[in-house]
Amino acid sequence: MDMEFSPEDLAFQQEVRDFIAENYPADLRDKQDEGEEMSKEDFLAWHKILYKKGWIAPAWPVEYGGTGWTPTQRFIWSEETARADCIRLMPFGLAMVGPVIYTFGTPEQKAHFLPRILSGEDWWCQGYSEPGSGSDLASLRTTAVADGDDYIVNGQKTWTTLAQHADWGFFLVRTDKEAKQQEGISFLLIDMKSPGITVRPIITLGGEHEVNEVWLEDVRVPQSQRVYDENKGWTCAKFLLAHERTGIAGVAASKRGIEKVKAIARTELDGDKPLLANAFFKRKVAELEVDLAALEFTELRSLAGPNANRGPGPESSLLKIKGSEIQQRLTELTLEAVGHYGAPYFRGFGEGDNEHPIGPDYAHRAAPTYFNMRKTTIYGGSNEIQRNIIAKMVLGL
Amino acid sequence: MDFTYTETQDMIRDTLARFLGDTYDFETRQKFINSDSGRDPAIWTALAQDLGMLGAPFAEEHGGLGGGALENAIVMEELGKVIGIEPYLPTVVIAGGALKAVGGAQADAMIPEIIAGNAIIAFAYAEPQGRYDLANLRTSAKKDGAGYVLSGHKSVVYAAPWATHLLVTARTGGNARDRDGVSLFLIDANLPGIVRRDYPTVDGGRASEIYFENVAIPGDALLGGEGTGLPLIEQIVDEATVAVCAEATGVMQKLHEGTLEYTQQRKQFGVPIAKFQVLQHRMVDMFMEVEQARSMTIMGTLKLGLPANERMAAVSAAKAKVARGANFVGQNAIQTHGGIGITQELAIGHYFKRATMIEGQFGSHDYHMDRYERITLND
Repeated sequence: MDMEFSPEDLAFQQEVRDFIAENYPADLRDKQDEGEEMSKEDFLAWHKILYKKGWIAPAWPVEYGGTGWTPTQRFIWSEETARADCIRLMPFGLAMVGPVIYTFGTPEQKAHFLPRILSGEDWWCQGYSEPGSGSDLASLRTTAVADGDDYIVNGQKTWTTLAQHADWGFFLVRTDKEAKQQEGISFLLIDMKSPGITVRPIITLGGEHEVNEVWLEDVRVPQSQRVYDENKGWTCAKFLLAHERTGIAGVAASKRGIEKVKAIARTELDGDKPLLANAFFKRKVAELEVDLAALEFTELRSLAGPNANRGPGPESSLLKIKGSEIQQRLTELTLEAVGHYGAPYFRGFGEGDNEHPIGPDYAHRAAPTYFNMRKTTIYGGSNEIQRNIIAKMVLGL
Repeated sequence: MDFTYTETQDMIRDTLARFLGDTYDFETRQKFINSDSGRDPAIWTALAQDLGMLGAPFAEEHGGLGGGALENAIVMEELGKVIGIEPYLPTVVIAGGALKAVGGAQADAMIPEIIAGNAIIAFAYAEPQGRYDLANLRTSAKKDGAGYVLSGHKSVVYAAPWATHLLVTARTGGNARDRDGVSLFLIDANLPGIVRRDYPTVDGGRASEIYFENVAIPGDALLGGEGTGLPLIEQIVDEATVAVCAEATGVMQKLHEGTLEYTQQRKQFGVPIAKFQVLQHRMVDMFMEVEQARSMTIMGTLKLGLPANERMAAVSAAKAKVARGANFVGQNAIQTHGGIGITQELAIGHYFKRATMIEGQFGSHDYHMDRYERITLND
C-alpha cells in the first residue's frame, strides 16, 4: 500500500498538464470565468478536442475506445482537469448509456452508437423519471407496445437533463403490464427527432433551463433499438445507476471548489480581517476539507484497493451520499462567503452587453449554484434511496 | 498508488484474528480485566513468542517482521475488534517508534527485548496541567554528573502497573511550554523514588499516576538530543494517534456489527426492529462512519513519512474525523440497543466505553481541528 506516483505517473501528469495548457479553448475559459450559461457548442468544444487526442473515455475498455489507463492515471486525469477548471463532460453518453451499450448491446448497436458517443456526434439524454415515478422508479408507466418490428411508445418523462440538445435518449419503458413491476421494463434507445416527441423546458430555482419534460405520443421505435432482452431493462438500469453513483462523488471538482471558497474568503473582509480568519467560518472550511479527504480515500480504496477489478458495487452509494452532501456544503459556504452580493440576480450577459455587472465576479453564480445543487441529493436515486440500497445490499437488512 | 495489502500483511491480520478469536472472547476478557493484575500475561507472551506479533513493525536485523506503520495499524485494528487491553500501543508503537527513530545502541539493546515480550513500556507524557500540549511540562530532569535527577507528576499513564520500563517526557531546560528544552528518557520502571498510584480505567485497562521523587537516572536513558526532543515526541505521538484511529476502526466495526445483529433478533410490534427504516438508515449512517474511519486511518498511516507539517495536518484530519465517527457510532449503538445497551452485561457497552476514551486520546476533535487549521488555513 502506498500513494507514491511512479516516474511514469509523474511523466503522465506533466503530459496531461501540458496538453490542457496548450489545447483548452481560451474563449471557453473566458465564458466560464464570466459565469455565462454554456451552449451545446461550448459543452462539445472540449469533448471534441479530447476525442481527437483519444482521451475522451478513460473509463471504457480499450476495445471500445478507452485509454487503458491505470487507476492512478485516471486519478491524475480527474485531478488535473479539475485543477485546470476544465468544463465537465456530459455524462449521458460517456458515463451512462455507453457502458450499458458495450455491456449489454448487440454487435450492431455497439458498432453504430459507441463511435458516435466518443466523437460527440450524438448528444444523449436520460428518459427515466416520470411525474408519478421518482424514487419509486420501477412504477414507471410509459408503455411500449409491439407493432411488427417496432414498438409504439406512449407516456411522459420528466427531469430530462439537457434534452433540448439531445439527438438520442435512452428510455425505460413498460413492455409487460402484467409482470411484477421491475420485470416488465425494457431499455430503449430512441431518436429524439422521432415524430411524436415533444420537449418542454422546466426552469429550476437558479433560473436555468437545464431540465425538461419529454412527451411521447405514438412514437415508433424499431425493436432493434432495444438494449438487452425484452422485460430485462431493469438489469441495465441497475448497472447504470451504480456507474452513475461513482462518478457522482466528484472529489476532484470539490477539491477545486474548496480552493475557490478559500480564495473568496481571503478576499472578503470580516471586520479588519479576511473572512477566512473568522474562527467559525474557518472551522466550516476545515471540516469540509476533512470530510472531503475521507471521501477521497474511500473512493481511492474502491478504485485501487483489493476490489478494484470488481466494478462499482452497492457501496458506491456511500460515495454518492457523501459526495453530494459535500458539493452542497461547498455551494452553501460560497453563498455565505459572498455576503450581500449573493442577492443580485443575473441571467448571464448577452453579446455586446458591456454594462459593468454588480458585485464581484465570484458572487454572480453563488446563489443560483446553491439553489441548483440541491438537486445532487435528489438525482441519481435520492440519498434516502441510497441508504435503502446500502441497508439491503451491503448490510443485508 | 496502490491500496492493497501484501501477502505478509494479510497473514499478520489473519494470524492475529485467529489467535484473538480463540483467546479473547468477551467473558474471558472480563475475567482477566477484573483480576488483581488486570491482565493475562500469557497472552502477551503468546503474542510475542508464538506469533512473533510484537516484531511486526521492526526490522529483520532486530528480529522483527520488517514492517512499519501499516503493520501497526493492522495489529491495532484487530486489538480494537476484541477491545484488547494488551499494551501494544505504548510498548511497540510508541516506545518502539522512538527506538527506531533514534537507532544505535539503545535500539539494539531494547528492540529485541520488546519483540521477545520481555519489556512492557508505558508512555508517561501527560501532566495534570498539560491537556494535549506535549511541551507543557513541569516534570524536570536536572543534570547531575553523568546522569539526571527526575522530578514531577505524570497523569493517567496507561499500562504503567505492568511496565518494566517507562518512556518519560521531561524538561531539561527552558520554560513551561517552550518548544526547546524538552527531552525524552527511557528508564527502568522500578528505580528508587518512582511512586505509583495504580487504578483501573473506564475502558478496561490499568493506569497510574506516577510521581518522580528525585529519581536518579543514568545518562544513557536519554533518547535523542538533550533539550531537542519535541520533534521526535511529536512524531511518535502522531504515529500513536493513527494507531488509535486504527484501533477505533476495529471498535467501531464491532459496534456496528453488534447493532446489526441485535436489531435482527430484537422484536417489537411483532417484527425485528431492523425492519424499521428509521433504524436501517441510522445503521447505514453508522456504516458510512466506519468506512470513513478506515479510509482516514489509511490516509494518516500513509502520510506518516511526510515532512512534519504535512504529517501533522494529515494525522489531525484523520483523528478529528475518527473521533466524530467513534462518537456517532458508539452513541447510536447504545441507543439502538435500548435499555440493555446501558448495562454492563453486553459487550456492546464495553466497546462504547473504549470508543469514548479513544475520542480524546492524543487530542480531541477540537484539538485536532485547531491543529489542522493552524497548519493548513493560516495565511
